[in-house]
Amino acid sequence: MYRYDEFDHAFVKARVAEFGDQVARRLSGTLTEDEFKPLRLMNGVYLQLHAYMLRIAIPYGSLSPRQLRKLAHIARTYDKGYGHFTTRQNLQFHWPKLTDVPKILEELAEVEMHCIQTSGNCIRNVTADHFAGAAADEVADPRPYAEILRQWSSLHPEFSYLPRKFKIAVTGAERDRAAIEVHDIGLHLKKNDKGELGFAVYVGGGLGRTPMVAKKIRDFLPEQDLLSYTTAILRVYNLNGRRDNKYKARIKILVHETGTEELTAAVEAEYAALKDSELRLPDADIRAIETYFKPPRLAARPEGDRAVATAGKTNPGFADWLGRNATTHRNPDYACVTISLKGIGEVPGDASDAQMDAIADLAEQYGNDEIRVSHEQNLILPHVARADLPALHAALVEIGLATANAGLITDIIACPGLDYCALANARSIPVAQEISQRFASQARQAEIGDLQVKISGCINACGHHHVGHIGILGVEKKGAELYQITLGGSAREGSTIGEIIGRGFGPEEITDAVETIVETYLAHRQGREETFLDAYRRLGQAPFKEALYGHEARAA
Amino acid sequence: MKILAANRLTDGETVWLGAGDRWVETIDAAHVARDKEAEERLSAAGDAALAANLVLDVTLVDIDLSDGRVLPSRLRERIRAGGPSIHPDLGKQARNAAQHAA
Ligand code: SF4
Repeated sequence: MYRYDEFDHAFVKARVAEFGDQVARRLSGTLTEDEFKPLRLMNGVYLQLHAYMLRIAIPYGSLSPRQLRKLAHIARTYDKGYGHFTTRQNLQFHWPKLTDVPKILEELAEVEMHCIQTSGNCIRNVTADHFAGAAADEVADPRPYAEILRQWSSLHPEFSYLPRKFKIAVTGAERDRAAIEVHDIGLHLKKNDKGELGFAVYVGGGLGRTPMVAKKIRDFLPEQDLLSYTTAILRVYNLNGRRDNKYKARIKILVHETGTEELTAAVEAEYAALKDSELRLPDADIRAIETYFKPPRLAARPEGDRAVATAGKTNPGFADWLGRNATTHRNPDYACVTISLKGIGEVPGDASDAQMDAIADLAEQYGNDEIRVSHEQNLILPHVARADLPALHAALVEIGLATANAGLITDIIACPGLDYCALANARSIPVAQEISQRFASQARQAEIGDLQVKISGCINACGHHHVGHIGILGVEKKGAELYQITLGGSAREGSTIGEIIGRGFGPEEITDAVETIVETYLAHRQGREETFLDAYRRLGQAPFKEALYGHEARAA
Repeated sequence: MKILAANRLTDGETVWLGAGDRWVETIDAAHVARDKEAEERLSAAGDAALAANLVLDVTLVDIDLSDGRVLPSRLRERIRAGGPSIHPDLGKQARNAAQHAA
């Protein structure tokens, strides 16, 4: 993992002191709310329905056990005993007192964490594949580049007042687990014919009010040019992005209104001017950052196959969990383990202080001291010996975190919605809970197979509903909650935006509607190997429309 | 009818303007404005409290009275008055339940 150097420590310490002073001035009344609001947002402090909210950056979703224990401690000491992992690989506390925030930030700084740039019109926390450095299908670890971007973008003077927020995601594998095509910039780390590392660059993706899939504007950018090219994109955006209308201010609108070709030409022109500047990354610098992410020394554990086979025979719960929650590691003796924060009927992404502590222990005991947060709101232990999987599973069962549902219909992404969020139109979490309960049966979930349900409580789309195979958007209609369904979205490579299927459903109808959609899929699929998404792409909307609304049309 | 809602500066707790222009923690104690004039008085008191740095996010909230109890028209404000609907054990609703039980 990356370790702060002296500069980083001093930088975060100075920022904590500065914000502590600003909070004190706010509390004493020397700063008005109008003056303070932009300052608190720059430090991750929001106001929600019931209290303030503090959003903590987890750079590219990587956590050490020590950091996770600190988060547990903060949850216990300053909050209400839990935290919420978000779709941006961050963590939110929903109940901090403003008076406690400076102390919380001091505690975070002790473990090299902070809340800088978790809000505001700046470059936000850079996200990455949660299996980075471990996945079998990876060309190279994307995290060193995410770290370079983090350092470069932190309080970047030129890019601190962008037209709107700006999100960058990086993946190092063909299989896109970081949703790069729905980010402002998506970077796909790959090798060219000569075996050199570089990036395919995607620009202008995003969800929210106007969802768009990013355009690829470069097929191969040499790794040394990462910052000059990113700077070129940001510069073109900063100069030309719209500032007259908040809803048209993201780079996706600029790409759309300018046209991909023209925008690419503008970026390439800037890049040509910057290419040989000090932004060019010396090879030695990249390799130096890389050493922080050296893979752990993984001892040979060839007994894994036997251990797993034996446990699978005697414990069906283990077999299910292994099938869903263990992913192929580049070392055949190891696996990447998904710890589902989606227990049946639980709040997606929430973890209690005790669970966080327990996961930190398990990461030390079985996981080579590494933990990741996935944008799917689960936690990951990226390096677990297969031989240890039975013991790890047993330990997870003890703390209620062994749900075998990674990628299944109950592994639902849901934003906080109207239970917490001041911007929400409808609740998200209760919908997720009810769907999860309806499909609780492991056998039924397995029969349905891969199916991503994603729920947002408003058009801001923090729950990524546009890219859910089944997406659910909460709206308010005549003072009541109404849920709109989109089908066929995907955030994987070749991303697609889901299509609205028809009129919305009330809170009492939405789970039935989802069930109808699932049953329609099961009735029409060509076999178990045809996933929901594949079937939808083949069939189109018609059978789903008919199943959901056919009776109404006939009655009319 | 309207009441005036806000969040307390120090801890973000949702509060309403109650009798004697005091900020109260339960919606039942909120002062109800029944006409335009009373609404304006609420707003003025809210502006003063904002300027005095006691509260933030001051908003007038539409309500009905149901069996003499204040019931906000919008679900948003009802959730704000109770707490997360998914966590009856948290927020004001938990405190109210504890009081009822006592
Ligand atoms: S999608 Fe809307 S309701 Fe959900 S967290 Fe984002 S802003 Fe809040």
